[in-house]
Amino acid sequence: MVATGALGAVGVAAVAWPFINNLNPAADTLALSSIDVNVQPIAVGQAITVKWRGKPVFIRHRTPEDIKAAEAVPMSELPDPQTDNARVTDTAKKVRPEWLIMIGICTHLGCVPLGNKPGQDKGPYDGWYCPCHGSAYDTSGRIRKGPAPKNLEIPDYLFTSDSLVRIG
Amino acid sequence: MASSHGTPPVFNNKVIAWIDHRLPVFSYLEKEYHTFPTPRNFNYFWNFGAIATVMLVLMIATGVVLATNYTPHVLMAFDSVERIDRDVPQGWLIRDLHMNGASFFFIAVYIHIFRGMYYGSYKAPRELLWILGVIIFLLMMATAFMGYVLPWGQMSFWGATVITNLFSAIPVVGESITTWLWGGFAIDNPTLNRFYALHYLLPFIIVAVVALHVIALHVHGSNNPLGIDPKGPQDTVPFHPYYTMKDGFGVVVFLIIYAGFTFFAPDYMGHPDNYIPANPLVTPEHIVPEWYFLPFYAILRAIPDKLGGVLAMFGAIAVLFVLPWLDTSRVRSATFRPIYKWFMLVLVVDVVVLGFCGANPPAGFWIPLSQLATVYYFFHFLILLPILGKIERPLPLPPSIADAVLKKKAA
Repeated sequence: MVATGALGAVGVAAVAWPFINNLNPAADTLALSSIDVNVQPIAVGQAITVKWRGKPVFIRHRTPEDIKAAEAVPMSELPDPQTDNARVTDTAKKVRPEWLIMIGICTHLGCVPLGNKPGQDKGPYDGWYCPCHGSAYDTSGRIRKGPAPKNLEIPDYLFTSDSLVRIG
Repeated sequence: MASSHGTPPVFNNKVIAWIDHRLPVFSYLEKEYHTFPTPRNFNYFWNFGAIATVMLVLMIATGVVLATNYTPHVLMAFDSVERIDRDVPQGWLIRDLHMNGASFFFIAVYIHIFRGMYYGSYKAPRELLWILGVIIFLLMMATAFMGYVLPWGQMSFWGATVITNLFSAIPVVGESITTWLWGGFAIDNPTLNRFYALHYLLPFIIVAVVALHVIALHVHGSNNPLGIDPKGPQDTVPFHPYYTMKDGFGVVVFLIIYAGFTFFAPDYMGHPDNYIPANPLVTPEHIVPEWYFLPFYAILRAIPDKLGGVLAMFGAIAVLFVLPWLDTSRVRSATFRPIYKWFMLVLVVDVVVLGFCGANPPAGFWIPLSQLATVYYFFHFLILLPILGKIERPLPLPPSIADAVLKKKAA
């Protein structure tokens, strides 16, 4: 009796699974899950936004002042403590402090923060500022003030050469 | 003629009799919509079920016609809607009817829900009728949410982003569920396509649940403003012609107001940002849903914690499911509940306040106001209703409906 029921349940699951898995990302979506970006044209102090997996990715070529300011922040001042060093390390463990690569989505409710385009408000910490509910990020993209719970997310990236970075 | 449904009616028309003997649609209509004994003291609040049904049919009709010209692809959706507006004959009209029809469908349903809450229509033996209604409401919200994404404007895209992102608040499986929902790593073509498929499907599920809703209603018949059961034929009138005509009149008045907006202010209830094509790299200054979602949006944002906000928002609808058991009063209608009557009106004010909170950015005094209004909302359902039913002294109920109606006439 129990065996019949168990086998029946397995049968239902076997029928249901293709229908449910069908809704997961398709092959063409997954193929775009890695992109290569040439960062050589980005001057010091400049930033670009690229689209990766449907989301904006901020790539900022940081100035020495940006880096110094980021490294000087004590962990106690950070709602989501993280060293600047940890945020500029690629998947091969190489640290390039001049390249800050982050997913440009506010960790609060998903707006795209300002500060990546010239002329945009960089907010009180000279990094990025989300106009939706006032979250302010510093020059390392860490949350300093406002409702966002986490720092701007760092995706997996790898510098395949000094000018080419693979994101994802 | 062995039938288990009592004496079959006699039809003079031979064709009708032939059909009815094989598929008793005509005797069904005769019983349920002609002779059906309905309380004689309905007020105009009782029109809104019929009005909601008319709106459902209208939405399906306009929707199917729009579907003949709409393209559910991120590169073509926005333009296909513009083409409907500009090039397709009377496309602008069908589109505006569908767009404003959604708003008016919710207006009718919100008034219908208010009637249920004020007059105790959710109380025994109509608990399941009420629950079916809440299910219809949920299905409507899902349908409307997905429908709003289809034009692929800025508000379509970003509103959908905010709401689908909520699922990532679920611990452990949240991210995977969100990816599965999206069919990708963000809202993109797979999402648009599946929202279109589901938006087309859900209204027909709504029709099925509405059918169950009406069947459940006809088991014990309608409630009435006095909240007391009909005791005999002196308390009721046949549904036709009294309520076919009254409903018909109410529907026409409702449609006039609906037509007023559709023809003279079609974009009044919408957001201008939705006429900007969706851009995943640019967030609009303020992301707001359509007006009918604003109170729930306010509750969502009132709780500073992401998961907490999600639970509160779904909780606000979950309390509706258990309302028949939260309210301990033995008296149905607020007419005879002098204290509850005022709290019911305060709840309406509270929901309107929540609506305004949802429309404004969560800054300044809007934050504590939305938190206060959210707390009050849950206080009403979870604390006030259980207690009030036990301590309130209701007014004496009239002996019967006919009695109350005739006394009113004599007065």
